Amino acid sequence: MFRTLAEVFRHGLKNRSFVIGGTISLLFFLIAFLSYFWTPYPVEDINIAEKLLKPSAKYLLGTDHFGRDILSMLIQGARNSVIVAFVAIGIGIGCGVPLGLMAAAKKGWLDELIMRFNDLTFAFPSLISAIMITAILGPGSVNSIIAIGIFNVPVFARVARGAALSIWKREFILAARSAGKGLFKISIEHILPNIASMLIVQATIQFALGILAEAGLSYLGLGTQPPMPSWGKMLNEAQTFMHFAPQLAIYPGVAIALTVMGLNLFGDGLRDVLDPKLRRRR
Amino acid sequence: MRIFLAKRVFTLVLTLLVATLVVFVVLEILPGDPAAVMLGINAETDTLNALREELGLNRPVWVRYTHWVGDLITGNLGISYTYDVPVSELILDRITVSFPLALLAMTLSTLIAIPLGVMAASNHNKPMDFLVMSFSQIGIAIPNFWFAMLLTLLFSVTLRLLPAGGFAGWDAGIVPVLKSFLLPTIALALPQAAILARVTRSALLEVLQEDFIRTARAKGVTNQGILWKHALRNALIPVVTIMGLQFSFLLAGTIIIENVFYLPGIGRLIFQAISQRDLIVVKNLVILLSAAVIMINFMVDLLYAFIDPRLKGGGDV
Repeated sequence: MFRTLAEVFRHGLKNRSFVIGGTISLLFFLIAFLSYFWTPYPVEDINIAEKLLKPSAKYLLGTDHFGRDILSMLIQGARNSVIVAFVAIGIGIGCGVPLGLMAAAKKGWLDELIMRFNDLTFAFPSLISAIMITAILGPGSVNSIIAIGIFNVPVFARVARGAALSIWKREFILAARSAGKGLFKISIEHILPNIASMLIVQATIQFALGILAEAGLSYLGLGTQPPMPSWGKMLNEAQTFMHFAPQLAIYPGVAIALTVMGLNLFGDGLRDVLDPKLRRRR
Repeated sequence: MRIFLAKRVFTLVLTLLVATLVVFVVLEILPGDPAAVMLGINAETDTLNALREELGLNRPVWVRYTHWVGDLITGNLGISYTYDVPVSELILDRITVSFPLALLAMTLSTLIAIPLGVMAASNHNKPMDFLVMSFSQIGIAIPNFWFAMLLTLLFSVTLRLLPAGGFAGWDAGIVPVLKSFLLPTIALALPQAAILARVTRSALLEVLQEDFIRTARAKGVTNQGILWKHALRNALIPVVTIMGLQFSFLLAGTIIIENVFYLPGIGRLIFQAISQRDLIVVKNLVILLSAAVIMINFMVDLLYAFIDPRLKGGGDV
């Protein structure tokens, strides 16, 4: 039931979540891309004389405790979030989905082995992995990517396996088997399309969680390191000045929340467009 | 059922063992010389040698590993390098903060999420559904530590109703303790509830499409009866899965939130241990936290069988 991209897009335009979420997400990616070419001020510019300024025509969102332009830091922070979340999701889907499909198709000892391996990976939440990596290597943004990526693998494997198991019980799979199709072919041709919408929903949640986790790690000082700005780090620094510059604690949080919400809405819309069963229900 | 249980217990023990191996390899083998990591690059050779001797690093790797696992089983977690007290003592002291916090957050999140999810599913495509989904969208998007900062900004900085952080201690009585737990619990629970409500709703909507629900309707079962008795039980598998998954997020969340509110729990301890390069504390805390997640997954597995007896055979029907 795959459609061409143009068809998905045409159907998507009729879906409110797809349009709103897609617009926010696109904006977020454009801003992240923009940071490679332009920010209002260089983010490394420290200007103590102009520290903690309120928003003005010169500094649209004001300045932080080093006198750095908040807007520029937010723009640069977007790039950081995209890279970390994207690579981490890639690791999760690339390794997790094939594992989950294989476990559901083969069952038996292979299923057991994959699922126990998953439980094991799963026992090291991204924060714990990041803590371990930091304890021996010191903090850095590669930590975040590895830690969040590793944690995504069992999530996708579990979701793929769980959803695939229920599809394997359906009559049309039995028909496919009796027609002589192999496990691999059934997994790719029948199981995957039927669980795709679930994987998309999970991917949006994981992308959102990736951005949130990166922000959390940076907030704790385990992720992105200065002078590279990150939204989490900005919130950490803002906490010290919450009593007399509360606006500093607002902007990065709004940026995170808006981005994550945009991505989630987009995922929801995309699911509605891709899943004909769901569309009929509406 | 007995075979099912025996199989699960066997894999549980195996998983726990492999987890110890992972932690041991990452924290003791990969760094090369843990003593050098703990003392930094400027350490004198004599001091390094003394620490190596103290930590038993001169013994063969497998001896160190088996000793460590043996110590873990007997509860002997070694002496903290920086605090010079038994690690188990440190952990027992801190867990009295972290455990109640996690439990309160999990309870609050479930109490909010399940009714909201049921309400949304039973009012599919109506204003109530829209309201719950909007709450969910916002809740999922807000990082818990930012939410915690906003709560502090409102209730502590502006209204001055609750403490901005710190822990009064259990000796101070239940009211001050609850006061210091209130904001952290809400900060942890609401984002979790947002996800759980969404999952409950979609799982219920899925189940409500099934044939047996139509049969129940045809037999004259009321809407409420269908929802709570027939649909919810069948929708519980994905809900329980997500709750199991959420436990590790809760764990991570607790570590972050403890740092936001300066609560002296496990999370604060692990960060202090990292900045002090106290690998002994880090190693034991990491394995304990991982073991906690493994145990929860084990219990989720058992719960599956309880909720859906068809799965007792290991998923084959």
